[in-house]
Amino acid sequence: MPGLEPTLTHYLLLAAALLVISLVGIIANRRNVLVLLMAIELVLLSANLNFVAFSAYYNDLSGQVMTMFVLATAAVESAVGLALLILLFRRRGNIAVQTLDVMKG
Amino acid sequence: MSFSAFLFYVLAAILLASAVRVVSARQPVHAALSLVLAFFTMAALWITLGAEFLGLALVVIYVGAVMVLFLFVLMMLDVRQTDKTPRWRLHLIPALAIGALMLLEIVLLIVDGVKTKTALPESAASMDKPLDNTRELGKLLFEDYLYSLELVGVLLLVGMIAAIVLTHRQSRFAKRQEVSEQIAVTRDDRLRVVSMPAEVEAEDATAHSPDKTGGH
Repeated sequence: MPGLEPTLTHYLLLAAALLVISLVGIIANRRNVLVLLMAIELVLLSANLNFVAFSAYYNDLSGQVMTMFVLATAAVESAVGLALLILLFRRRGNIAVQTLDVMKG
Repeated sequence: MSFSAFLFYVLAAILLASAVRVVSARQPVHAALSLVLAFFTMAALWITLGAEFLGLALVVIYVGAVMVLFLFVLMMLDVRQTDKTPRWRLHLIPALAIGALMLLEIVLLIVDGVKTKTALPESAASMDKPLDNTRELGKLLFEDYLYSLELVGVLLLVGMIAAIVLTHRQSRFAKRQEVSEQIAVTRDDRLRVVSMPAEVEAEDATAHSPDKTGGH
């Protein structure tokens, strides 16, 4: 088991915990698509933590470049997601996840 | 326990607590503000890892731009809280089960990798380097990853166009050209020929006008 001083393992475990928290939030969320988008941002943030930690511990800056790309992609994703959310609100008047059951079999 | 270790545990605790608050807050505004706290804490963690440019960029881009976008959308939508919807109970149990399973798998992978010493380094190599992170990152970004950088620029442009096209609404008061109507117009729509009697010049008007008299 890892010791008390923070090593790469600690950062990986922290990123794993963050990922699992936000995934549980995504699965259990029933009320708000906006909170869903925020949880997706958290997932991407935990992936970025992995990139930055590996980059720092292996002394290779390519991981930080990848983090910048992930940040840009996440910004685009949230912009388009919020645009879709506005469309959804105009059409249906609410953004609860559980009302999006048109394709339910 | 050194100060950096203490800082790591404090920041990790704040990060996890704010993440839990993001996914469990009743009001979406609280979730957004907790997400701001999570971004700040993650920026601090990255700065302690030696990635100070990324930490500051995270604060500027996410706290400054993306979260303001979230809050704007939240403000515009005016979502009413309908409390008759079941909040957690319906999907909480399977979600927790899946989450616990995933966490178990990831932790087993990481700890097993540590145990068999598959080359996880123990100390951060970038801690004792001089602080030229931004310069090195810029060199790498504009030399080795130039095409990827341009692709990301195109991606940002496409995302911007998509967001505008999706949310743009035609205004009732806007004036714009209709080219098809302009082409389909005929002569009779625009021009009317009126037959009028010809004007007759009066004798006095010619006598008093100076240009006519000066010519003689």
